[in-house]
Amino acid sequence: MNLEPALFYALAGVGLFAIGLHALFAYAHLLRKILALNVMGGGVFLFLIAIASRAAGPVPDPVPHAMVLTGIVVSVCATGLALALANRVQATTGKMQLPDEGGGA
Amino acid sequence: MSAPEPIADHARFTPARLVTLLLVVALAAALGWAVWSLPADSPGLTGQSLAQLPGSGVTNPVTAAVLNYRGYDTLLEIAVLLLAVLGVWSVAKAEPRADDAPASPVLTAFVRLALPVIILVAGYLLWIGSFAPGGAFQAGAVLAGGGVVLLLSGGGRAALAQEGWLRIGLVLGLAVFIAVAAGTMSVGGKLLEYPPQHAGTLILLIESAALISIALTLVALFVGGRPPGRSNRGLSEAGERKDGDES
Repeated sequence: MNLEPALFYALAGVGLFAIGLHALFAYAHLLRKILALNVMGGGVFLFLIAIASRAAGPVPDPVPHAMVLTGIVVSVCATGLALALANRVQATTGKMQLPDEGGGA
Repeated sequence: MSAPEPIADHARFTPARLVTLLLVVALAAALGWAVWSLPADSPGLTGQSLAQLPGSGVTNPVTAAVLNYRGYDTLLEIAVLLLAVLGVWSVAKAEPRADDAPASPVLTAFVRLALPVIILVAGYLLWIGSFAPGGAFQAGAVLAGGGVVLLLSGGGRAALAQEGWLRIGLVLGLAVFIAVAAGTMSVGGKLLEYPPQHAGTLILLIESAALISIALTLVALFVGGRPPGRSNRGLSEAGERKDGDES
């Protein structure tokens, strides 16, 4: 069976999303969690771009492209806010990880 | 700031971690199967998008989707950018950097050469967005890159201290966008329903304001905290005292 490139990239996007999701749950370090969220976002963007190129027509579907364009900026801003919050957590608790349940500061 | 304690992330392979791994693999398999079984010849929105293009004011279908068809999404997105800066400013103050001393002459000279070109490229990307790949977001990213280089070379700190202008610049994109959205309603249209003969002008107006806000937002996120401006100096000192009392 012939795997068309767009489908391959869409499946790679799903794979990136799953890898990021696993890292998000598996690692306690906040920087790793933020990186994991970015990997998940990259997977979603890759999937959307791949699906856009499968749509019928002379050019790729512009609507998913627009969603990715805005999504990249939002993900950069979310990363910036998350880093500031992580910094604050470290300044308050001395650890770059979320406090345990019940044992919080 | 004290050195962070090491976190033993790879300590051991617990049963909980195995369950997580299995669940994620199952989710990936389900998603993969869903993607695999998508129809190969879906019509998508390309046809509708291209059919509406003559009335959208621009000839680049992606820009038309960002600022005309899905203008509401973009309006809220600009609001999200502003919220991110507000959030960062709420949790952190910009720390005075140790390397505020003048940077090396090579870097300073390079920034002097590069910055005009960066501004020119940002303006070009903004303008070309109506016809070809480009637009406020790409231009804003380029301009923000210029701002980051400027900060790294030691310049621009004085500009950041002008907090009033910084705030105006950060809000400008959202303010103009909302003004246009309200304006289209006041002339009888729906929210963000541009009159076709003015659509191109309105889109360029929104994009120009958004460019400034996006670039300043990204630079403000790079700085990573509220700049030590004149107006909040008393406030931040009070905050420090409060922090000191708590610990």
